[in-house]
Amino acid sequence: MNNELDIHIGVNPARCYQCGKCSAGCPLADDMDFTSNVVMRMLQSEDESLDKELLQSQAIWLCASCEMCISRCPMEIDIPKIMDYLRQQSIAKGLQNKSANKNIISFHHSFLDMIRFTGRSYEIGMIADYKLRSRKLLQDLTLAPKMFLKGKLPLFPEMVKDRKNIKRIFKHIDT
Amino acid sequence: MTKLGFYPGCSLEGTAREYNESVMSLATLFDIQLEQVPDWNCCGATAAHNLNKILSLSLPARILAQAEKAGMKEIIVPCAACYSRLSVTQHELFENSELKKQVEEVMDMTLSSPIRILNVVQFIQEFILPHLSEKIVKPFDKEVACYYGCLLVRPHDILQFDRLEDPQTIDRIMEQLGAKPIDWPFKTECCGAGLSVSRTDLVAKLSGKIVKEATERGAKAIITACPMCHANLDMRRSAINSYLAKKYDVPVLYITQAIGMACGLNNKQTGIYRHLVKVNN
Amino acid sequence: MARIGVFICHCGENISATVDCAKVSELAAGLPGVVYSTDYKYMCSDPGQSKIKEAIREHNLTGVVVSACSPRMHEPTFRKACAEAGLNPYLCEMANIREHCSWVHEKGDATTQKAFDLTRTLVEKVKNNHPLESIKVPVNKTAIVIGGGVAGIQASLDIANGGHQVILVEKQPSIGGHMSQLSETFPTLDCSQCILTPRMVEVAQHPNITLYTCSEIESMDGFIGNFNVKIRKKAKSVNEKLCTGCGLCTTKCPTKNIPSEFEQGLANRTAIYVPFPQAVPNKPVIDRANCRYFLTGKCKVCQKLCPTGAIDFEQEDEIIDVKAGAIVLATGFEIKNTDFFPEYGYGKYKDVINGLQFERLASASGPTQGAIRRPSDGKTPEKVVFIACAGSRDPAKGIPYCSKICCMYTAKHAMLYKHKVHEGTPYVFYMDIRAAGKNYDEFTRRAIEEDGAKYIRGRVSNIYEKDGKLIVRGADTLLGGKPVEIDADMVVLATAAVSCDGSESLAQKLHVSYDPYKFFAEAHPKLKPVETNTAGIYLAGACQAPKDIPESVAAASGAAAKVICLFSNDELTREPIVAKVNRMPPPIFSTCMGCEMCISICPYQAIDKENITNRNGEVIKTIAKINPGLCQGCGTCVAFCKSKSIDLEGYSNKQVYEEVLALLNN
Repeated sequence: MNNELDIHIGVNPARCYQCGKCSAGCPLADDMDFTSNVVMRMLQSEDESLDKELLQSQAIWLCASCEMCISRCPMEIDIPKIMDYLRQQSIAKGLQNKSANKNIISFHHSFLDMIRFTGRSYEIGMIADYKLRSRKLLQDLTLAPKMFLKGKLPLFPEMVKDRKNIKRIFKHIDT
Repeated sequence: MTKLGFYPGCSLEGTAREYNESVMSLATLFDIQLEQVPDWNCCGATAAHNLNKILSLSLPARILAQAEKAGMKEIIVPCAACYSRLSVTQHELFENSELKKQVEEVMDMTLSSPIRILNVVQFIQEFILPHLSEKIVKPFDKEVACYYGCLLVRPHDILQFDRLEDPQTIDRIMEQLGAKPIDWPFKTECCGAGLSVSRTDLVAKLSGKIVKEATERGAKAIITACPMCHANLDMRRSAINSYLAKKYDVPVLYITQAIGMACGLNNKQTGIYRHLVKVNN
Repeated sequence: MARIGVFICHCGENISATVDCAKVSELAAGLPGVVYSTDYKYMCSDPGQSKIKEAIREHNLTGVVVSACSPRMHEPTFRKACAEAGLNPYLCEMANIREHCSWVHEKGDATTQKAFDLTRTLVEKVKNNHPLESIKVPVNKTAIVIGGGVAGIQASLDIANGGHQVILVEKQPSIGGHMSQLSETFPTLDCSQCILTPRMVEVAQHPNITLYTCSEIESMDGFIGNFNVKIRKKAKSVNEKLCTGCGLCTTKCPTKNIPSEFEQGLANRTAIYVPFPQAVPNKPVIDRANCRYFLTGKCKVCQKLCPTGAIDFEQEDEIIDVKAGAIVLATGFEIKNTDFFPEYGYGKYKDVINGLQFERLASASGPTQGAIRRPSDGKTPEKVVFIACAGSRDPAKGIPYCSKICCMYTAKHAMLYKHKVHEGTPYVFYMDIRAAGKNYDEFTRRAIEEDGAKYIRGRVSNIYEKDGKLIVRGADTLLGGKPVEIDADMVVLATAAVSCDGSESLAQKLHVSYDPYKFFAEAHPKLKPVETNTAGIYLAGACQAPKDIPESVAAASGAAAKVICLFSNDELTREPIVAKVNRMPPPIFSTCMGCEMCISICPYQAIDKENITNRNGEVIKTIAKINPGLCQGCGTCVAFCKSKSIDLEGYSNKQVYEEVLALLNN
């Protein structure tokens, strides 16, 4: 994957000299199975089994794209871009991390499906969809009514009028 | 009357309704007309760029194209996440003509030239600040922790907003309102962002650090400019408190609400009654 | 009638692999004026040179063309051979058929043809060469050393001990440089001042050394052996001849709160001050930017007190003209300050200090008399974090290079801290430990193994203050990037070593080249490390690149050896490639119209007016005259001359035209 990164997103992992400043500032490093500098090292190894481990990792899904790593990286390596690429590859190759698939990835799918149909995100619909996917039916059971009462959960979705155009965009990516 | 393009984004129609209300109330107070981008769509948020690159560019590109079609030279984008997605997309497409062509084909629209994309702080600086002092009726006389989050300042080479570490713009605005911004180190630490629903446990941990630090340093309110940050710090407060095993009740205000309060707008106009963590006037 | 000899070199296989050398020789033999042509495997070898010498004698050659490598490589060799055979060396020319032909083309007829064409043009040129004599210029045996740190001191002493005059120019009020600020030195831990101050005193007392402090180079012209330099000696407001250095003035000065440069801001000084007790010269100067009299027009306390009347508020900057044969640049380096690091607090945390500040804290003569106490509250720090590579090896911060000295001094700092605060814990964040040097690696191992410095391989992401502690957030990359958080009492940044402020303008004044980071450039990275591209100007110490003390001293002695070597000649020989204004018999004298355009554009101020007078001494014509001692043969005047009255010896218009025509008339 090392070479692919250079071709597809113009990032060269060889630039990483393993200083670890990215991991040091990463808010989620404690919870990741591979910290960002280890991710870089795995890519540098050009080892297929490590590539696979990486695509199956939870770390790539825990990354919140906060961009702290690149903002302090002395070599200006766009790690967030690499993370996006790894996530997309993970999906494309069907290697999604099992635990992340239940929550984080399911949520992303619910979110995008909502936009696919309405053009905008619509919380109630999205949460319902996510609950079905993640089977976490009881989550936020107490929060939702509070939000509803505060007027933060509209009952009906606002929709984009030109939904054909939104469909066209999604159609392109589906193929 | 100043007329400006406006992209609210999905949050401002739902969970961040009070943000929208306070932005609109301020606009009215300062004689600014905010005109929505016609038939706007979702920017794709975290989900899109996590799952599909072209989608993550095409959705914001459609918004930009709609704005351009409506003849807008600039758009005000109060949601920091939307601001980031729109800015990054515009930057990437105008840097890479091949990518731009590809995206234009996908959405069946074209982009001719970049437009100005302003976040809420820039909007305040440019259009509100010059007339602010004359409108203040009730100085915001409190210690505040100005919380910028990730997406206002990063990626810095594209956004070029404020300074990357220890930004100052919100602090300066709050000073104008009479507040005392505290010096604290977590201004740009991540709140957990899009993991709010899927990994509430992590959000409680990350946002918990922020709430705790602000409180310990004497902040009586946290000031934010991002619906995601607000959602995590306010709506997720019970998760935060149970993670920290302590009750933290420091309220979280949008900067527009803080300005509104100082300018004497009522709770309905600022929308502060919609918060889960109670705001005392 | 021209009688030219042509010599085609194979350069082993460097040329013959792609060029048919025998064919080139054969073709050359057919050229008009060529009376002898041959090829040989190594023309530069002894037998090769003999072939040229024999041919000159046997065939009575009037010109020689050697088609071989670049003239930069072997022109002196072949010209010397010609001279030995009695032919004026400037009648020998080289055609470069290696770099310009064989190395850059495939084997084939076209390549051979090009080699022949290159040879042919030089044959046409050499037909128009005429004998030239090399120019002799005298050598002024005074050296100027710029910068009075350890490198400048060493170079000055070496040159002065070699029996030559030295003018040492120092920007600050005292010599000593950064080394005088250091506490102890690696890898021996001997006291920096103890070994340096005797040298500083030696400089002051040396009969061959003239010291100018508070002084900078204003301008320079001239060339090797004959530099003219203007030195600006800034007003010190103290008459050095009258001042006895009693120090009364400094104790009574009412302005006492100026951060001391020498103490790196950790202590204050007065407006009239001696930078440090061992300063050389040990006489005070007035810092006009902070002096109450210069700011408000009132005070003059020092003047009233001075027993010798040495205070002179009216003193002005002085411009001193000096002539010198050589210049040694020893302007040293600076380090980045803590405000360079946004993620480490933009310099706002008092207890985040730089390496030089730590040196002052650890120094027995420093603001704490050598006790390690943190600046904010004077407490003895229990945990100190040292951060190596602060700004170095950091392209994002514009400093991609390694500062070289930090690994060693950081190990030393950790050691000194542990020696002084036994119960304390030093942490060192590092990327690599670069300890290549005699006894260096052993030293860093000692810091780790014996003094218990906790080395953590990782870079620190950020630092913030909380409850009187500095929270240092790093990661341990040897534990899979595990985040590490240390609540330190003090943090020492080994900030990047950078070139001195003003080095770029100094380089431009001296016509010395410099690298993208404004460090002065050596003439060759391996074989000419202490020379610059400007003959007669040498480099010593860290003004070239970050260097530690032994390296700086070695380079200084190297530069001094080069200067002494230069001064061992009374005269220098220069190539006679200079411009010349044509002269003709009366009544024309010269086609020069005296427009003086050349005078104004000559970059070396080598052209003057010359009056041609009649018998009665009346001026009948004014023309330009070129001083061959100053002319560098750049040709600018030739191109500018409207009446085409100037020609460059060795590259005359005629010679160059003939070369071009030879190519056109193929």
